[in-house]
Amino acid sequence: MTAWTKKDLLGIKDLSVEELELILTTADSFKEVSARDIKLVPALRGKTVINFFYEPSTRTKMSFEVAAKRLSAATYGLSKSGSSLQKGETLIDTILNLEAMGPDLIILRHSAPGAPHLISKYTQAGVVNAGDGAHEHPTQALLDAYTMREKKGKIKGLNVSLIGDVAHSRVVRSNIFLLNKMGANVTVCGPATYLPKDIAGLGVKVTTKVDEAIEDADVIMMLRIQLERQGRKSLPSLREYFDFFGMTEKKLERSKPDAIIMHPGPMNRGVEIDSSVAEGPRSVILEQVTNGVAVRMAILYLLLGGTRNEDTN
Amino acid sequence: MKTLIKNGRVIDPANGIDDALDVLLENGIVAKVAKDIKETGAKTISAAGKVVAPGFIDMHVHLREPGHEEEETIQSGGEAAAAGGFTAVACMPNTDPVNDNSSVTKFILKMAAVGSPVKVYPIGAISHRMEGELLAEIGDMYKNGCVAVSDDGKCIMDNLLMRKALEYSTMFDIPVIDHPEAHDLTGDGVMNESVVSTSLGLRGIPASAEEIMVQRDIILAADANAHIHIAHVSTEGSVDLIRRAKKKGIKITAEVTPHHFTLTDNECVSFDTNLKMKPPLRTENDLKAILKGIKDGTIDAIASDHAPHHEDTKLVEFDYASFGIVGLETSISLALDKLMHSGLIDINRLVEMYSTNPAKILRLPGGNLSEGSPADITIIDFNRSVAVDKNKFRSKSKNTPFHGMNLKGAAVMTIVDGEVVFQVEE
Repeated sequence: MTAWTKKDLLGIKDLSVEELELILTTADSFKEVSARDIKLVPALRGKTVINFFYEPSTRTKMSFEVAAKRLSAATYGLSKSGSSLQKGETLIDTILNLEAMGPDLIILRHSAPGAPHLISKYTQAGVVNAGDGAHEHPTQALLDAYTMREKKGKIKGLNVSLIGDVAHSRVVRSNIFLLNKMGANVTVCGPATYLPKDIAGLGVKVTTKVDEAIEDADVIMMLRIQLERQGRKSLPSLREYFDFFGMTEKKLERSKPDAIIMHPGPMNRGVEIDSSVAEGPRSVILEQVTNGVAVRMAILYLLLGGTRNEDTN
Repeated sequence: MKTLIKNGRVIDPANGIDDALDVLLENGIVAKVAKDIKETGAKTISAAGKVVAPGFIDMHVHLREPGHEEEETIQSGGEAAAAGGFTAVACMPNTDPVNDNSSVTKFILKMAAVGSPVKVYPIGAISHRMEGELLAEIGDMYKNGCVAVSDDGKCIMDNLLMRKALEYSTMFDIPVIDHPEAHDLTGDGVMNESVVSTSLGLRGIPASAEEIMVQRDIILAADANAHIHIAHVSTEGSVDLIRRAKKKGIKITAEVTPHHFTLTDNECVSFDTNLKMKPPLRTENDLKAILKGIKDGTIDAIASDHAPHHEDTKLVEFDYASFGIVGLETSISLALDKLMHSGLIDINRLVEMYSTNPAKILRLPGGNLSEGSPADITIIDFNRSVAVDKNKFRSKSKNTPFHGMNLKGAAVMTIVDGEVVFQVEE
């Protein structure tokens, strides 16, 4: 099997199929750890992991925190509001200061595309992109892929439809890059005002009709509609959005009976997804969150080169 | 004082000259251009194997003084211009304070007189403080040395004001220079809107933001019978609009920058903030259209849009970095390499775009080697190899994406009013 050689995980774009497979396979064994009574292995004992979240986050931040702690790493959190970034310190200066404390890994969530790529040049520590603007969210795409494979037994050949605010979504981009590499067929769907320029150029089918998007889909992934970004010039109302794009039992009647429903969260009930769908039998939304911990454990483990000798504890 | 430039290939498109000739400069003017001039007592410069051209003019630079002397001064910018082979530059009014009145104009000219080795022609603001609301004292600035007006990067959104500016400019026979950009369409975009911006998740600046204003300018200039000059054309659509307007006889001229004929938005995948500028680097198709426009004459001039920025403003996230790159010291080498050696155009056309046309557009003395013209000369060695090294720039700022690039061709000597102000180290 391929060995992991990269210092950072900056995006799906940079990864080979073998590397993606390695992460997913490694996650299998860590999923088991989270099912134990005592959810702790010593693999990363003595390692220092900094969770640097420049933007708000619930799932990703906690998921990394839980993953690192279950691997026995020491974790530290820094957010924009509690840092000197508020006082005008630059990102590079912030990272140089963190670097002086000798961390092993920096997990960065930032609103600017390319921010993790920038800091990786200024630190010896590994850098994990936990979402950079509308660019990439590689660990989300990996946990999505893990969930798809768990539910469908494969990724190659799956029809995956991503529905919602395609323009502002880093989840969409990382999913497109990953699913294309692994041989799935991707369709993106959303209001024309939320489909970015030449998105078809990324190798996806594009439609503004939900029926078309869900008809042959094995996986239906709903995305949060981010009304705050472009405001009322892109969308008349959330009511109209729900009417055309919100996922309901009624719309799902056209889908394959075994299609699964995913959502990266945070979810806006009654906007992009009806509660009955979110909580329905086909929803795997919370399983994505569970898998997220296992996938992130795998990523931390691979990046920090931990040992799997559990008997030492 | 006499200077004799011997044995060069003299290229003077304004006079239809491309021949092995000598050029005699005397008392700051061109005294004679002829074969085998014999002149005792003249300082002799050998230009064998080199091109001797009327002084190159960069009609679009930012010198940052007054206001941001840490990024550039009139002196350092002038030195960079001389080293880049330019005998004159025209500087944009977006200083602090803005060049929107004759006292700032006079200050710029005064600083240039004492500090700059090259000629500096100020461009005045169209509107008071470049706020796009009220006309600045264009007549007074013109009287005191401004050669054109422009609100530079703050393209005037108010169509009525733009119309009035064009009408008013006709009284002084000066061009209105527009940086065509509909700010409402640009929004907070940071790079060209394309499949590349989509892939990178960076906010896009659509081609339409430029083209809608180019079309507006054409309509208003035609109506006012005024001269509109379009700065740094970057899209295929703009080139087409300008070509059509020229065919109709509308008084329109246009410039492009070396970076827009050299690079595309594909480069932005590196997130290098020295690739961030306005207008942004566009697509391969746009670049091809620009090359076509250069070849067929739709594009009149090459201008660098030299935009010095302190390193601190570039060592940040792409979203937060300042827009703009320096260009005075790479412009001519890029043009010789990418336009001439590539076979797109010949050296005559290149001289036209760097000298003849900028002088015509701004109604400057120079741009030709007619007897009695200013003794402003650029000597070019188009076979000289250049490795771009930003650390050797005379400019105070080093924000270039071309560092480390190997190019063929360079200006090797710059002469202003008969004085050698730059000579390349052999």
